[in-house]
Amino acid sequence: MTAGERPRSAADVRKEVRNGARDTQATVEQALQRAFDVKAGMDGLNIFVSLDDALLREHARGAATQLADTEPGSLLGVPVAIKDNIASLHHPTTCGSRMLKGYISPYEATVVARLRAAGAVPFGKTNMDEFAMGSSTENSAYGPTLNPHQTDRTPGGSSGGSAAAVAAGIVPIALGSETGGSVRQPAAFCGVVGVKPTYGRVSRFGLVAFASSLDQVGVFGATVDDAARGLRVIAGHDPLDSTSADIPVPDYTLAGTHSVKGMVIGRPKEYFPESLDPRVRARCDAALAHLAALGAIVKDVSLPHTDLAVPVYYIVAPAEASSNLARFDGVRYGRRLPGDGLRGMYEATRTGGFGPEVTRRILLGTYVLSAGYYDAYYRKAQRVRTLIADDFGSVFGSGVDLLFTPTTPTPAFRLGAISDPYEMYMSDIFTVTANLAGVPAMSQPIGRVDGLPVGGQLIAPHFEEDRMFAAAYALERALGDEAHR
Amino acid sequence: MAVTIQDVQHIAALARLALPPERAEATVRELNTILGHMDVLARVDTEGVQEAIGIGARGLPVRSDSDGPVPLARALDAFAPSLRDGLLLVPRLSTHESTEEA
Amino acid sequence: MTAPTMDALLANWEMVVGLEVHCQLKTNSKAFCGCSAAYGGQPNTNVCPVCLALPGALPVLNGRAVELATTAALALNCTVHPVSVFARKNYFYPDLPKGYQISQFDQPLATGGHVDIGRRADSSPIRIGVTRVHMEEDAGKSVHDRYPGVTAIDLNRSGVPLIEIVSEPDMRSAEEAGAYLRVLKQILEYMDVSDDSMEEGSLRVDANVSARRRGETALGTKTEVKNMNSFSGVERALEVEWIRQVGVLEAGGTVQQQTMLWDGAAQQVRPSRTKEGSHDYRYFPEPDLPPLVLAIDWIAKMRHDLPELPADRRARFAKDYGLGEYDVDLITANPRLADYYESVARAHGDPKAAANWVMGDVLAQLKTTGQDITTFRVRPQDLAGLLNLMRDGVVTHTAARQVFARMVATGDAPAQIAEREGLVKVNDDGQLAGWLDEVIAEHPAEVERFRAGEKKLQGVLIGAMMKKSRGRADAKQIGAMIAKRLTSNE
Ligand SMILES: [Mg+2]
Ligand SMILES: [Zn+2]
Repeated sequence: MTAGERPRSAADVRKEVRNGARDTQATVEQALQRAFDVKAGMDGLNIFVSLDDALLREHARGAATQLADTEPGSLLGVPVAIKDNIASLHHPTTCGSRMLKGYISPYEATVVARLRAAGAVPFGKTNMDEFAMGSSTENSAYGPTLNPHQTDRTPGGSSGGSAAAVAAGIVPIALGSETGGSVRQPAAFCGVVGVKPTYGRVSRFGLVAFASSLDQVGVFGATVDDAARGLRVIAGHDPLDSTSADIPVPDYTLAGTHSVKGMVIGRPKEYFPESLDPRVRARCDAALAHLAALGAIVKDVSLPHTDLAVPVYYIVAPAEASSNLARFDGVRYGRRLPGDGLRGMYEATRTGGFGPEVTRRILLGTYVLSAGYYDAYYRKAQRVRTLIADDFGSVFGSGVDLLFTPTTPTPAFRLGAISDPYEMYMSDIFTVTANLAGVPAMSQPIGRVDGLPVGGQLIAPHFEEDRMFAAAYALERALGDEAHR
Repeated sequence: MAVTIQDVQHIAALARLALPPERAEATVRELNTILGHMDVLARVDTEGVQEAIGIGARGLPVRSDSDGPVPLARALDAFAPSLRDGLLLVPRLSTHESTEEA
Repeated sequence: MTAPTMDALLANWEMVVGLEVHCQLKTNSKAFCGCSAAYGGQPNTNVCPVCLALPGALPVLNGRAVELATTAALALNCTVHPVSVFARKNYFYPDLPKGYQISQFDQPLATGGHVDIGRRADSSPIRIGVTRVHMEEDAGKSVHDRYPGVTAIDLNRSGVPLIEIVSEPDMRSAEEAGAYLRVLKQILEYMDVSDDSMEEGSLRVDANVSARRRGETALGTKTEVKNMNSFSGVERALEVEWIRQVGVLEAGGTVQQQTMLWDGAAQQVRPSRTKEGSHDYRYFPEPDLPPLVLAIDWIAKMRHDLPELPADRRARFAKDYGLGEYDVDLITANPRLADYYESVARAHGDPKAAANWVMGDVLAQLKTTGQDITTFRVRPQDLAGLLNLMRDGVVTHTAARQVFARMVATGDAPAQIAEREGLVKVNDDGQLAGWLDEVIAEHPAEVERFRAGEKKLQGVLIGAMMKKSRGRADAKQIGAMIAKRLTSNE
């Protein structure tokens, strides 16, 4: 198997395990072998920050071997890679940071518990931008992850390791997290499917917080079906997360049988600016043409506050982050560096533990919340955020079922190509809106440019992931191999 | 509204981050560049617009007083940097700010 | 330099005081996690991912804490808001695990209340405004003196639910501040929102105090005084700090807005060494907790179901039981004592007799042993039983006190004790006459003098009779018997 080749799907793995053709140990063994081959053969890629073979073999032996037949969506025997900011009991949870080097969580995230309950094997921890702050996985204390399609390119970020793990064919499903596009953007760059659910759809309990009002665990899949299966297992109400919604979860895999005929798909003009790479535009138009051919009605729409999203995002997210990351103080866990007195210990620990981008955002967030600036920045941003959310409300309220946009303005950029922080922030321009509005969105491959994948984004109203999956399944079928050409 | 070196020193102190003078100056420039892009927000009319607090939430769920805690699979000594007799140790405070902040 | 007297200063200057009171709510578990909220325990054993602020842990609000906070707010005549918002108060301190305290800021649970703390000379109430009541969590405990060179942290208290009650700057003296605190404590006890045996220390009090010249209406610059651990400490600290401020002002200086720490041992205030200006709590709405929404109907029901307030109970006791103001105040000082009294009065039927016993023997006993009424051995129905025995002439008053002493010691029923200890009143005339014969024989001189007209000697003879009967004779009955026997001609 070469880079970018599609791995066996989660559905196939599960079928084989269920009918006895293979067992969980064999599926884990195969994933370990593939991870080893990738490491040896593809410049390493630097996908996993921790992957303990012995531990995984032990877990594979202990994993569920049988689940009731009433569990059609189970992930029996499926290895699932986990982003390094999601608490798991055995591998360390370090958020790609020196701050948490060696820290093994004494409790487990709800999403990981649900994966295990569904028969999946949590498969190592994947590389990421430190504390999920970044769009290229270059801000990791472990060094950057490389894009499996072209190793001089970034896989995107912050969930670059998880996207690459799926793209490299190691696992069919991986968990990532989103605060401003950190699943969809790397999914687009790596040519896999990435889903950001509705805010509140998936429990955040055990997801190390970056910006609480924006964070959401997301799923990567080699195919739409893999992503649908993964989301189905982790979604649903969790009493341990006060922002978790108590709303029933449909079987997203059934969306594959739904038709898009008559569905109104909005094409927001703000996401197709003059400056958009024409090759990306062409791929999007081709995808829309496929949907139209299937009977969907494509309609031009407008989300007028879109250009304010990045400024709003880079006030709200750092503000919350500055508070969320205050707990990393060297008192209870993680690394402690000695300093002069208590204050010296705090400063040494935090200054030594956080990398430059995290430090920058903590300072930015502290500033926008500080006395005298709160109203001008934080309060103002939270008001404009309402306008952005209202844009989606208006367009979905006007008979539009879904939106279709490019996931990113360009395909994967070169490692090290972007050094200006704000220019990097602008690469999230098409993705941060969904986080600000809390709506679900996903990216799927819609073709390539110069051998690099291009992602198309579907955005749905709150808790209408089902509708989004229906269009994604249909588009994936219609595109066929074109999605990866 | 430009960020000054004093602002940066103040927020670094609030955030318990050490900033050597050359980093402080670079940070002033970086923050001013970033915040320059935020100026666009000042021009948006948000008169009467609600702040996005608890977007989409349907009130705050509460739990029962008899619910137990999420258990710890490993005790504090498995991860605490400095522990003695079950107490977490930190360098002694030069001032007892505790009464200040309680 | 000799310190000027309070009276001299008060002639020209006025004290202005507002108080912030923190009170722990009576819940089983903490505010935002399921850990036990109980005091004590081995260090760092009542902890979990949430109250240790482990990466990824999230708060979930304790519904009971909301009920108790609402009850307290309503009892303080506040408006409870249908929507309130939790906020983060950000600051670093090693016993504050998250680096922020979850509190309420610009949209608190309740605002606009008041309590009356007494009456002025013109009988108008002295009313203290309650600015707000909000919910928040406690921090852990820092131990500075246990090990050399280090501070030790115990997070068992981290996340325990509190309410903060903020008053208007309506108090004009240390005495008023003390009165406010005592009234507040009594109301909270009556609402049963805090710990059963609420010590003064369980209400943590911070005071804002300023001085202004009499006649002025603008507020002077205030200081915040902290670190008092009793109500009398608050009163003393306010006086000391206010005298200091007046001294500064009279010398033509200005009062610095700062935090002062009360040193109870030295009876002094000293400025906290924390730099001012470093306080910038960067409050913002807690994104992990959506706004708290309380149904109007629920708030109305909570108001309707409010336990009886101290003032209402005082009025009712005065009216229903015919007790005087002093008795009412004493009996209703504490709701559990009032409950105790009421049970005795109802079971026995004579509220005055019940009051006399509760205020007399019961309180004396509690005071001697330092016991709490809730754990007092003599239960109300047994005390009522004893009062019934007296009323029915089964035991004499003197014997009743002996029975009571045995009840305190054993917890046994009064009738059983009276029977067992032979304290049942002797009504047998033959028995009494026999004892009288013995007394007359043993006290010939007194008998002689009594017969000669020294009537006060009857008391000595009665005493001798009581001694002989071990209190089982009725003093009145014996008195009549003595009079009859010694004045009749033999
Ligand atoms: Mg407080
Ligand atoms: Zn806890």
